[in-house]
Amino acid sequence: MRAAVRLAAWVYAIAIYGFIFLPVVVLVLFSLQATSFPIPPFTGPSLRWYQAVLSDARLTSALANSLLVAVLSSLASVTLGFLSAWGFARFVLPGSAILRGLITLPLTVSYLIIGMGLLVLFNWAGVPKSLLAAGIGHVVINLPLCFAIIYSQMGDHQINIERAARDLGAAEWKVLLMITVPVMAPAIFAGFFLSMTFSWDEFVISFLLTRFETTLPVEIWNLLRSGLNPKTNAVGSLVFAVSIFMVVFFELTLLRRKPA
Amino acid sequence: MTSAGNKSRALPWALVTPALAWTLLFFVLPFIAMGLSSLTAHEGGAFTLANYSQFFTDPSYWRAMVNSLEVTAIVTVISILLAYPFAWILAEMVPERWQRLALMLAVLPFWTSYVVRSYSWLLVLAQNGVINRALTGIGLIGEPLQLANTRFATVTGFVHFFVMLLTLTIFANLKQLSPSYRKAAADLGAGPVRTFLHVVLPLTLPGIMVGAFLTFVLCIGDYITPQILGGNNELVMPQLVMMQIGRRGDFPLASALSIILMAVVTIAYLACARWLKIERA
Amino acid sequence: MSAPLVDIRNVSHRFGQLSVLKNVSLAIEPGSYTILLGPSGSGKTTLLSILGGFVTPSEGKVFIRGADCTAVPPAKRPTTTVFQDYALFPHMSVGGNVGFGLRMQGVDGAARAAKARDALTLVGLAAAFDKKPHQLSGGQRQRVALARALVIEPAVLLLDEPLGALDLKLRRQMQDELKAIQKRVGTAFIHVTHDQEEAMALADLCVVMNDGRIEDEGSPERVYARPATRFSATFMGESTILAGTVTEARNGTVTAMTAVGPISLPGASPAGAKVALAIRPEHIALGEAKGDIALGTAKVGDVVFQGSFKRVLATSTQDTALQFIAKAPASATIQAGDTISVSCNAQDIILLAD
Repeated sequence: MRAAVRLAAWVYAIAIYGFIFLPVVVLVLFSLQATSFPIPPFTGPSLRWYQAVLSDARLTSALANSLLVAVLSSLASVTLGFLSAWGFARFVLPGSAILRGLITLPLTVSYLIIGMGLLVLFNWAGVPKSLLAAGIGHVVINLPLCFAIIYSQMGDHQINIERAARDLGAAEWKVLLMITVPVMAPAIFAGFFLSMTFSWDEFVISFLLTRFETTLPVEIWNLLRSGLNPKTNAVGSLVFAVSIFMVVFFELTLLRRKPA
Repeated sequence: MTSAGNKSRALPWALVTPALAWTLLFFVLPFIAMGLSSLTAHEGGAFTLANYSQFFTDPSYWRAMVNSLEVTAIVTVISILLAYPFAWILAEMVPERWQRLALMLAVLPFWTSYVVRSYSWLLVLAQNGVINRALTGIGLIGEPLQLANTRFATVTGFVHFFVMLLTLTIFANLKQLSPSYRKAAADLGAGPVRTFLHVVLPLTLPGIMVGAFLTFVLCIGDYITPQILGGNNELVMPQLVMMQIGRRGDFPLASALSIILMAVVTIAYLACARWLKIERA
Repeated sequence: MSAPLVDIRNVSHRFGQLSVLKNVSLAIEPGSYTILLGPSGSGKTTLLSILGGFVTPSEGKVFIRGADCTAVPPAKRPTTTVFQDYALFPHMSVGGNVGFGLRMQGVDGAARAAKARDALTLVGLAAAFDKKPHQLSGGQRQRVALARALVIEPAVLLLDEPLGALDLKLRRQMQDELKAIQKRVGTAFIHVTHDQEEAMALADLCVVMNDGRIEDEGSPERVYARPATRFSATFMGESTILAGTVTEARNGTVTAMTAVGPISLPGASPAGAKVALAIRPEHIALGEAKGDIALGTAKVGDVVFQGSFKRVLATSTQDTALQFIAKAPASATIQAGDTISVSCNAQDIILLAD
């Protein structure tokens, strides 16, 4: 009886793993297809579709755009998020709870609606569609995240650490640069990393707010119009590889450094 | 104790103002703009409630909301039912030292691009895709099944994503449970089944509710998965919104539909918050 | 008489509506070890924060070395604080922590390292220079915090419950070391605690605080033997308190009517005044009347063996509201439920206004 339950559990777990990995395996496998359709039978392996991706100027420039938007919008999000978290955690401000609620409010709203709102506003104000507009939208969705992460890590213990530094003669900007930022580095880095991945993968806001120059998810979307295509598999596999690399990097640098 | 800050009022405001200004300018203001836009006519821009009344009177719009709610409900329930036992197996049966790896593997496809993930399911479910080829290959079916461009495909794509998300949250929840609860229950004579039903499940329920709410919000507002996998046979709300912009440039109607969608999410949020508050009290 | 090192004049402080310090004045001499003793909420930590410059008092002034420091920020006054949670900079080495204050003063690297090493040697941690704070034990972190504060040679060192996070044994050991270090460096220490044993062991000047006021102030011996107030008599060590009314006062002798009968003792208090008579546990005699003043009989409620003695709680037969707290020898055969007679000597009774 016991053994049967255990067996059933393992079969179930393997089935779920199978379900989770099925589309990814199919994606990567058929990115190596030699013929023009990413459907069985498998005719590869061949790298011709990777070659096609890398020589596609639209895709490579979209990739560069995506990286640019991700890095800049994440820097802006983490800077604004850190400064406001510091302000709210260290000083008593009137209406603090409401203002903090306001900053985190965008977390509860769909990207589609945030994108729609910006589209209507920019359309009305005559701001043209651009990477900058999409970047602004990405800061809207990532600022509350950075704020929430960093604010939650600013405990009383850090307050005393800053006080100690001031007591020993450090001016306010020295406290910030020599104490607060290094001590908060894990939270700041986590905020930056999460913002990067969200911006990198964000579709609907970029779709609504960019036109000619656009980001990678939108460009991949455009590729989908041509139906099933091994080139889409190849670019999808590349994005997957980049993301995995970032995750492993994050694991090794940030999580390992934590003292036991 | 937070005193001695009274020497300078300017510094704290200088710290928080940029973030507040950003939120006001690019979140609150767009929202107001959208609200105003939703009350104007597409042609001419005169004040009107037509955009809202259209939603309530046109059955096809109404239908999209029903579809959205149905798909979201089905996805939420199936995802929880699939993820809970999986998370439980990872937390309870996998040896401690392999748990981190097992969990990382379980959410690995998270890191593919969102658009690509839906596309991958299309590869699997297409007319001549992997599943149909496999089934016809072994002679189980004669004709390929219509899997893509159906509600089934949309639900499958969503469930794939949310099983990963919920596994993560439920796993964290189970690991937070102190083992002494279970020991205490066993000590008091409860068997594994009763320990689970009366101790583990109730204690993880608030976590499940949070996960369910997250699923609800992300699922009902998503455009990509239904568009790629469900196609245009059966529209959901986000598709309807995008259609107003894409095909007709009708911002007022798109705004009105967005606001209605958000109102539904807000109601769900309030219901969930209320439930959690009751649960905690 | 020289001017005091620290002079607190009529300081009051409020947090919103809550008044936490009420007209406190205190003078502290150079080179002394001062303990601010009181329960939580007594205002002792607020007073320390005012001395450190983290809180500006609502009213009153603070002078340090004769200069008005009331509104001077922490960095600019000759005090440094050792925080309860040590507040070590987690990303810096021990040496970096200890050298931080000197770095802020612009001392160059070599001189800084030398001084930091000296300070670490002073606290017995010379070998930890290159370690990170998280590699140290609680007691070691405490020493690093002490070295970090002392290295910039403050006129006054402020310690906020410095031993509160340590376990009992370590606390007693660190207590001895704190005293030794203070004697060696000669800096005035002001130390906040709620532990009366710590206060008795360390203080040159013991300041007992309650509800935002100073209840008593003096050498720990004096405060213990002759507490000024009822609060002080019960907080700094235990006491049995007998409530009474003065019936006769003459020639330096007072007679008070209490629940266990009239008691005469040396002292001065007008007839009709309400008084409290405090008796330390070691001065209460149980069993065959040994003292010159009989305190009636009592029913023993609880006997707790404490190693070198037994702590006895007994309820007076004459007045059930009266609880005797006594110390009996470890060999005593008293048991819960016994009824015994209680007595004491007149000169051991402390007369307090009630």
